[in-house]
Formats: sequence, C-alpha cells, structure tokens
Amino acid sequence: MTQAEIKLCSLLLQEHFGEIVEKIGVHLIRTGSQPLRVIADDTGTSLDQVKKALCVLVQHNLVSYQVHKRGVVEYEAQCSRVLRILRYPRYIYTTKTLYSDTGELIVEELLLNGKLTMSAVVKKVADRLTETMEDGKTMDYAEVSNTFVRLVDTHFVQRCPSVPTTENSDPGPPPPAPTLVINEKDMYLVPKLSLIGKGKRRRSSDEDAAGEPKAKRPKHTTDNKEPIPDDGIYWQANLDRFHQHFRDQAIVSAVANRMDQTSSEIVRTMLRMSEITTSSSAPFTQPLSSNEIFRSLPVGYNISKQVLDQYLTLLADDPLEFVGKSGDSGGGMYVINLHKALASLATATLESVVQERFGSRCARIFRLVLQKKHIEQKQVEDFAMIPAKEAKDMLYKMLSENFMSLQEIPKTPDHAPSRTFYLYTVNILSAARMLLHRCYKSIANLIERRQFETKENKRLLEKSQRVEAIIASMQATGAEDAQLQEIEEMITAPERQQLETLKRNVNKLDASEIQVDETIFLLESYIECTMKRQ
Amino acid sequence: MASRSGGRGHGRGQLTFNMEAVGIGKGDALPPPTLQPSPLFPPLEFRPVPLPSGEEGEYVLALKQELRGAMRQLPYFIRPAVPKRDVERYSDKYQMSGPIDNAIDWNPDWRRLPRELKIRVRKLQKERITILLPKRPPKTTEDKEETIQKLETLEKKEEEVTSEEDEEKEEEEEKEEEEEEEYDEEEHEEETDYIMSYFDNGEDFGGDSDDNMDEAIY
Repeated sequence: MTQAEIKLCSLLLQEHFGEIVEKIGVHLIRTGSQPLRVIADDTGTSLDQVKKALCVLVQHNLVSYQVHKRGVVEYEAQCSRVLRILRYPRYIYTTKTLYSDTGELIVEELLLNGKLTMSAVVKKVADRLTETMEDGKTMDYAEVSNTFVRLVDTHFVQRCPSVPTTENSDPGPPPPAPTLVINEKDMYLVPKLSLIGKGKRRRSSDEDAAGEPKAKRPKHTTDNKEPIPDDGIYWQANLDRFHQHFRDQAIVSAVANRMDQTSSEIVRTMLRMSEITTSSSAPFTQPLSSNEIFRSLPVGYNISKQVLDQYLTLLADDPLEFVGKSGDSGGGMYVINLHKALASLATATLESVVQERFGSRCARIFRLVLQKKHIEQKQVEDFAMIPAKEAKDMLYKMLSENFMSLQEIPKTPDHAPSRTFYLYTVNILSAARMLLHRCYKSIANLIERRQFETKENKRLLEKSQRVEAIIASMQATGAEDAQLQEIEEMITAPERQQLETLKRNVNKLDASEIQVDETIFLLESYIECTMKRQ
Repeated sequence: MASRSGGRGHGRGQLTFNMEAVGIGKGDALPPPTLQPSPLFPPLEFRPVPLPSGEEGEYVLALKQELRGAMRQLPYFIRPAVPKRDVERYSDKYQMSGPIDNAIDWNPDWRRLPRELKIRVRKLQKERITILLPKRPPKTTEDKEETIQKLETLEKKEEEVTSEEDEEKEEEEEKEEEEEEEYDEEEHEEETDYIMSYFDNGEDFGGDSDDNMDEAIY
C-alpha cells in the first residue's frame, strides 16, 4: 500500500467512523494481518476500544478475520475496500436510475449498515418511505420486498457468507471464530419470506415515548418474541456488479461520442444481453449472433436487419476495436472486447490529462509517440511539425512528469551515450499507475482542504445552525414575521457572504472529489484487467 | 575499474553526451540558478476544465454530503470517551454523557464474529452494588444490629461478584459461557431517586427567552 493510499484511507475512516476506528484501521492496513492483543499493544488503545472498532470494521466488510493454528484469530484490512467509500454516492445514484426511490433506499441502507437481513432492510426502507409520503399513506412491505428481489435477481445485492450449520453435536469446544462459507448457488437465493406489514410513521406526539425507549432498549430483544424468519441470512451490496455496470456505461458513452446514438444503443443491447452470462473479469463477452441482437433491441428502435448488420460491420472495423467479429454463423457472431475497450478508455484519459496540463501541442506529441510506439527525438520534430526547441522542451517536460519513458538502444557494447539511440515511448500501464497515484494524492488534498475550510468557519457555522433551529421552532409555534426578521438579522450581511463563499467552496471541493473518483475507477479497472491478463 | 577512475580524474570538464543534441548550443545563456524552493501554489498555465453541473451532478453532490452527515449519527461512529474533568462533580452521577465505555450501541450478530470481540458488561453489576452501600448507613440509626447485618450480606454479595469475576477471567481462555448479560440500564437508573429525563442541569437557561419579546431584555 502506497503512502498516498494509506493517507486517503485514514481520512475516509476518520470522516465516516471516527478517530478510534481510524487508528485501528490504518494500523491494520500498514502492518497487515495481526491478532487482537498485538493491535491493542501497538496502537496503545484499550482492549475494549479495539474490540468496538473491530466490530464496526468487520460489520462493514472492511476487515476480515481468519483463525490460525492454536486458536489465534488474525485480522486483516482490505485497503481497496476502504477506498470504495468514496464511491457510495455513485452506487446509490445508479440504483436510483435503475430502480427508483425504493431501490435507492435499499442500497443506501445496505451500504450504511454493512450487512443486514432482508426483513430488517424492508422494515427500515418502508419506514423511511412512509415518512416522505403524504399524511395517511403508508408504504407496503410487499412493494419493498419486490424491489429487493429484483435487485438480487440482477445481482446488485448478494448474500454474505454465513455460519455453517452444524447438525451433529460439537465434539469439542466451539472454535474461537466461525469460518464463514458461501455456496455459489446460494449467493442470489432469496428465502421465502412473507413480510406483511406497512411502514410506520414516526409521529411527533411520540416525543415523550422517546424518553422511554432508552430504558426499554435492553428489554426490546426479549419482548420481541416473534422469531425472525430469515435469521442469520445477511445481505450486502455487490460492488463488483456496480463496477461492471459503470464499465458498461463508460463503453456505451465512448461509442456514442465516437459514432452515433444508434451504434451506442446496439452496444448497450449487446452488453445487457451478456450481463449475467459473462463474468466481470472476462476479456470479452460471449459471442452474440446478429439475429439475437436484432431480436433483443429495445422496442422503440425499428431499424431493419440490414442496417443493423451495417452498423455491426462498422463497429467491428473501427480501429478502436471495441467490437470484434468472431465468426459468421447466425448472421455474424460479434463480441465486445472488454479489455481492449478499457485500455482505450485509459489511454484516452491519459491523453486528456496531458492536454489539460501541458497544452494541445504536447497532446499532439503524446498521441504521436503513442501511435509510433518508439520514436527518436529528431523524428518527433519532423512528424509533429513543431519547431525543434519547443518539441524538445515538451518532450522533457513530459519525461520529467513520467508520462513518457526513454528506451536506450546501444550501437556499441560500451553503451557510449553519443553512440546510443534514445527512443521515446509511452508505457501505458506505468503511466496509468502514476496517474492513479496522483489521483489518490489529489483526493486526499481535497478532503484535507475541505476539512480545513470547515474548521476555519466552525464558529460561524454553529451560529447559523442555532439561528436556523430558533427560526424553525418559532415557526412551529407560530410567530410573526417581524420577529422572524429580527432573528434572521442576527446573522449580519458580511457573515452571510462568508457563509455563501464557504458553501460554494465546500460544494466545489466535494464535486471535484466525485470527479476524481470517476477517473480512479477507470484507471483501476484498466490496471486490474491488465494484471489479470499477465 | 582503472579506466573509470582515470576518466573521473582528468578531463573533468567533458560531459558524457553531446551538448548540442540536448539543445544547449555553445555560448548560450543558461537559465539562472534557483535560490529558493519552488512556490507552494505555482501559477497554473492552463485553467482546469469546469466541473460537471446539472441535475445529476447536483443530486450526487447532495447525496454525498447527506451520507457524510448520516454516517456521523449512526452508532458505528465511535466517539472517544469524554475526558474526565479535573474534579468529580455532583452532576456526573446524573448525566449520562455518552455510552458506557464498554458497551456497543448496536447489536451485531455475535455468531458471525470471533468470540474474543464480545465485550462483557459485568462491571455494571459491581457499580450497582457500590452505589447501594453509601445509601444504607444514613437510614436506620435505631436498629444498629439490623444495619450491620445488612452491610454484611451486601459485603458478601460484593465478594461473590468479585470472586466470580476472578474465576471468569481464569476460565475465559478455556471455556466460554453463552449467557449474555443483559445490560440492566433500567435497574441502574432506578438506583438513583430521580428520573434521568427530568434532570435539568441548567445549561438551557437563557436560551428560551427569545420567545416572548414583550419583556425588555437586559
């Protein structure tokens, strides 16, 4: 784990789970797999705090445990999983576009709580939806269950590994930690539950009852005598499936930018048909015949078979090689080259970064070197039609920033510099890694800056919150406009200005984080698929 | 080797590569030497591309900020215990400033977690008995024998609890009992004579006076 990744993980854990969890999590990421007592000793925190933190981390799938010999349980952190916290809003928004508000809330609850049983999810989501509905209407559990089942069918939600059921009596003492297993078939199997009920609205008249639950809380579990039907079956969000969806989206929009809407629709259809059949790490999808594609096109599109064939031929002949032709049966068998597509997307990202950072002339040189693979300095000046001095300057700038590298080809065995060819080349994998590292650093900087800005104006923020609370309570009890005006004037005009600036800055920083995370996704997918291929 | 060290000794001014190839001709002015570290925020040559705006961007942004706020309120956000103030105050007994340090606010499924992560809350029982003791002596001064007997039984109970705890610590590594100690917060609360929610420590005083604007504010 690079220092930049560790720093980013530490900031994310601190913001979302607090300092204690952050300390334990970062320690585990740095030092690898460790048992409980060693963690407590090394970090200097009390054993109870460490236990609490580990419970939270295991619940959220950020840390996994393993039983070693002699009964020692070792905990290991998944650094890449911690970095996914950045992407939670994107996951939730995607579900909203596909399954509307119900699906959005289901995935949100699963992400916020790590793992939940189906009955718990349905209850929570129904309650939340009922809150937002008009008075008198409630959300039925059945509707939420249906959306949940649909999410499981399309693999967006999957079952967590569960405790194996031991039918025979235990011969010896039970193990110190359960070994969780999951059967491939069971991963998307929804238990038959009949969840009947409606969402409950939290009424304001229950305010005095709010004091009681605190005392009644320990009795709650014993009062609830009904056995939970799906006890022990936990569900989590399937992040890989979301990544597959993002990748498909990126490919479709790339095709739309390069060609036109219809071809992107064709590619989208092809990807949709191979969603469940192709694993997420396959280099290309299963071959699809042109007839199948024609049948599965969305209803609104009435293009004739010949036009479809023409489009497919165009796509297959495109130098970017998103679509390839793998055979002629069934009117032509076509595949989508996923790895090639990801490589093209990563290359496009690199080109765009070079263009925005160094200018369009540098971008021209960069594309030239990409095209020619290995090229000498003199040839760069000739091919790019850029004066020698500028070309040299730009080449060295890109070289110093590690977008390019030099390949030496000696003419003589003594490698004398005056008798050696120096060729410029772009190694996409290493440039992508370099850029990814920079992305991690920049998100860490963005988060720190945002925290700094919020801390600077803490007093002002608290004041404005208090004023809002006062105004809200006064409006509830019915106050005149003049009184409300006076309260609002408690915040002076320059202070209001300051608050506006702060809000704008924080929004800009947040939006930048989301944007950088999209780049991170593309680069990580490309690096992952290239490493798998090797 | 000999040739390498010899090359370093004489002909110091010679470079290993051809200077003209790099682009620095003979007699060209070299750039001035840098005497200070590069500025912290160097001026950008090219302005960055504007961020995506529009409905989707704003929705995701709002979602992100909402999630951040929501996660702070969940029981998974562990706040460090409030540091003890310099002097023990009377109101400390009646103010539950945070979760009791050893308890977890949410109920994980203990079957899925290693057993060593389970936190015992037996300490509370011990606390309960110690609070009982100071109350007993002031009550019945008439029947001294009765009070002495009561004190003895209570002491025995406390000894039992402490001896239980010692035994447990020994057995912890060998055998685990599956009983779960109920977090008897209600009983603990009943030990004090006052209902917690009625206790007002006076911090809110003065903030509500904005309601009635007829009276003059001094």
